Amino acid sequence: MDRKARDAEWSKLMRAAIAGDEAAYRMLLADLSRLLRGVVRRGFAGVGVARDDVEDVVQEVLLAIHLKRHTWDPSMPLGPWVLAIARNKMIDDLRRRGRRPEVSIDLTQFDIEGEDQQASIDAHDVARVLNGLSQRNREIVQAISIDGHSARDVADRLGMTEVSVRVALHRSLKTLADTYQEKVQ
Amino acid sequence: MKTDDLIKALAADAKSVEPPIAQTVALAVGVGALVSTLLFLWALGIRGNFMDSIATSIRFIFKFVLTMSVIIPAFLLVRGLSRPDFQPGNNLWWLALAPLLLLAAILLELASVPADAWHARMMGHNAVPCMIIIPLLSLAPLAAIFYALRRGAPVDPTIAGAVGGLLSAGIGATLYASHCPDDSPLFLAAWYTIGFVLMTALGALIGSRFLRW
Repeated sequence: MDRKARDAEWSKLMRAAIAGDEAAYRMLLADLSRLLRGVVRRGFAGVGVARDDVEDVVQEVLLAIHLKRHTWDPSMPLGPWVLAIARNKMIDDLRRRGRRPEVSIDLTQFDIEGEDQQASIDAHDVARVLNGLSQRNREIVQAISIDGHSARDVADRLGMTEVSVRVALHRSLKTLADTYQEKVQ
Repeated sequence: MKTDDLIKALAADAKSVEPPIAQTVALAVGVGALVSTLLFLWALGIRGNFMDSIATSIRFIFKFVLTMSVIIPAFLLVRGLSRPDFQPGNNLWWLALAPLLLLAAILLELASVPADAWHARMMGHNAVPCMIIIPLLSLAPLAAIFYALRRGAPVDPTIAGAVGGLLSAGIGATLYASHCPDDSPLFLAAWYTIGFVLMTALGALIGSRFLRW
């Protein structure tokens, strides 16, 4: 698929996702995570940083995409928006590691089509703890993410309403994103 | 957590999406301006000869031409800068419109007013209140604009904050201009600009601290 067609497909999926289509959203995020693995690794290599925790940054970018998806203008292509978020998170990450924040990462060097070999190898389990979350919220996130339950199932099991499960999930995702921001290494 | 698991959690949260950021920015600017307007009408009010001046004084009208030449480009830029993929590029040059208009107005004023009246025109009657009130009337819009920018994703927090500060000063200055009896471009250049510079600097400072995401 060429770049334009792929971008059109992504934009379509994102529009559906913003309208509430979970399946379309999942497909899009899975697609983007494959792209991002290559983008992040090549981006860091481009400024002379070899990294073994690429997946950590990929997850941070995915969280930012999720929490900022209302800043995508549906009349614009999705690819450059995704890359702009990835770049911002990479610069942020370098800054936290004490690199000079002026380090520039050239987005044009990224080949959107570059599905690289390394990508699947990088997809290891990120050793991040969900410790920042309360017991209840951790249960909810794990039930939905790792065990793949629906919000309704989780609500039934924990004796909560579906709405409060959704609210707890959303808050937890925000907390996860903040945890990254505060992480100083 | 594996990335695939994170994706499942994100997808389950699909329905939590906020309103489009452009809408949030517009609403925030509107609310901020409204709060300042009410504050202004309560504390100061428009000047008594407002309608006369609109009809007869080109200098009075120019005050609003000048503030709108700040507000319109600054608003469009802030709206854009709230998106990560926005590239201002040459559009930043629109911010030069107001200084150029002011420069032209100064030259016309100097040409049409005798030299011994220049100083009095520049000093006006309200130099100190002008310096203080414009920033004060800018505070509500500034807070509202920062609320909106926090919900956005500006990749250059300092620039986004600076343009946000400039926009807030444009709103504050528009309100103050309808009250202040000093209409000479010389007065605007000497005193209004202080409010603009101050709010732009404040916006840049706050932006660099609080607009990272």
